[in-house]
Amino acid sequence: MPTLTNDMMRSIIMDHYSNPQNKHQPPKEGYEKVHMHSDNCIDDLDIFLLVNDNIITDACFDGTACTISTSSTDIMCDLLRGKEINEGRKIIDAFHHMMHEEEFDAELLDEAIVFINTSKQAARIRCATIGWNAAEEILKDK
Amino acid sequence: MYDVYKIRKQFPMLNSDIKMQNKPLVFLDNCSTTFKPQCVIDAITEYYTEYNSNSHRGDYDLSYKVDVMIEDARKEVATLVNAEENEVVFTDGATSALNLVAYGYGLKYLKKGDEIVISVAEHASNVLPWFRIAELTGAVIKYVDIQDGKILPENLRKVMSKKTKIVSLAQVGNVLGYVADVKEFAKIAHEYGAIMVVDGAQSVPHLKVDFKDTGIDFLAFSAHKMCGPTGIGALVGKYQLLCDMDPFTTGGGMNSIFKKDGTVDYRLPPYKFESGTLNIAGILGFGRAVKFIKEIGIDNIHKHDQELIDYAIEKLKDYENIIIYNKDARNGILTFNIKGVFPQDESTLLNYKGIAIRSGEHCAKLLDNYLDTKATCRMSTYLYTSKEDIDTFVDAIINGGDILDAYFN
Repeated sequence: MPTLTNDMMRSIIMDHYSNPQNKHQPPKEGYEKVHMHSDNCIDDLDIFLLVNDNIITDACFDGTACTISTSSTDIMCDLLRGKEINEGRKIIDAFHHMMHEEEFDAELLDEAIVFINTSKQAARIRCATIGWNAAEEILKDK
Repeated sequence: MYDVYKIRKQFPMLNSDIKMQNKPLVFLDNCSTTFKPQCVIDAITEYYTEYNSNSHRGDYDLSYKVDVMIEDARKEVATLVNAEENEVVFTDGATSALNLVAYGYGLKYLKKGDEIVISVAEHASNVLPWFRIAELTGAVIKYVDIQDGKILPENLRKVMSKKTKIVSLAQVGNVLGYVADVKEFAKIAHEYGAIMVVDGAQSVPHLKVDFKDTGIDFLAFSAHKMCGPTGIGALVGKYQLLCDMDPFTTGGGMNSIFKKDGTVDYRLPPYKFESGTLNIAGILGFGRAVKFIKEIGIDNIHKHDQELIDYAIEKLKDYENIIIYNKDARNGILTFNIKGVFPQDESTLLNYKGIAIRSGEHCAKLLDNYLDTKATCRMSTYLYTSKEDIDTFVDAIINGGDILDAYFN
């Protein structure tokens, strides 16, 4: 993937915050839901995954969320859609590694790389990861 | 003359070149907790280095000395709020003090259908213990209306009934910071035969609270919000009520006799409520902190807080995108939002600029409907806050820049 400048990363975050394509209720039945509520932020979200035969067919979310959690969860939904469960788990792991300044495969994270600086604002790691933790919870027993 | 710079010299946190995000730290989250002056830190260290021994236990000089020092600390706390020494119970903090009233008094005396009056502006620590007691006894929670951010005596009167047994309200709310007339509240509560419990966590550190004059029955507060250590606080209660109510925790130090047949004699208050080895270092640090507050003068502290808030409001008043929720509270708390900015994003931006404020619901999760916003930013001052701190804060919020600056600079 191309190297992103800071300005490009900013605009990606703001775009997914101002116009989150995946922020809506599930369009039909069959989605699995996990509710997440942050202790220290406004975030109060439902994350929905539709899983069919080992494939994450669709992902969406809804609720109240700050800039970081909205854009991070929106990007995550894009990334997980169409992936096999194992691939999805690998992407989520890579994101957690990035959050904690550990080694990770940037290829897997694609646009989610824009959150690489979250560790500089450690109090916001919980916002950046809230949707990812929910997705991880849904995929845990699959 | 209030010399804030001289006061600041006594606080290691303000003199150690401490940086946050590589910028000088500006601490404006004093509602949450406060810095400790060197004298408080010394009092704690001295206990561990010079007097380390248990209280109420040893037949030796060192232990006796610790007993005397604990009672001196109790006397300091008692005189701060104009109570008798035997009316001051040391607790883990305001939360455990309120739980002690709830379980020690509420659980003992409340019956099905009795009413407990609180407000939606209360901190979780003055809500959840009462929810538990209501659940355990069948009592009912009633809410006094908030009007213009305040709890007014006439609105309290509206929710009172013959069934009201407990009224429990904060003297200063931790979100909006208005000072409530607890003397009038106590009068109303007593007219209906109820007791008046006051959460003093945000009031005792900032203004003169007179336990006897107000006529309130219980007062809860924490040391760490008034330059003292964490993990220690007090429940001040009318002596007769302390005698009547049950202990919440039992164990060593609080009994005078117990036998195999189950007979137990508890010690008299306040010792009846202080079971186990006490937080001795905490108590001694608390006592020293109260002495420190008295040396500066609680009225001077209150005036200083008011001046700082007035100063901040004056600087911010022309900025239309800044919403201030408590302009006339003038008690060291400024609650605000920037139009179109999530409070947590604002506090992250301020963190990036080295400024500590709090954002969120501030543990008052029932208040959001009233304020018509789920969360707010809260800036709070204390006796060491300087005008320069306020300047830095004001400059940061009016020249905020992009909320993502925190991530990409």
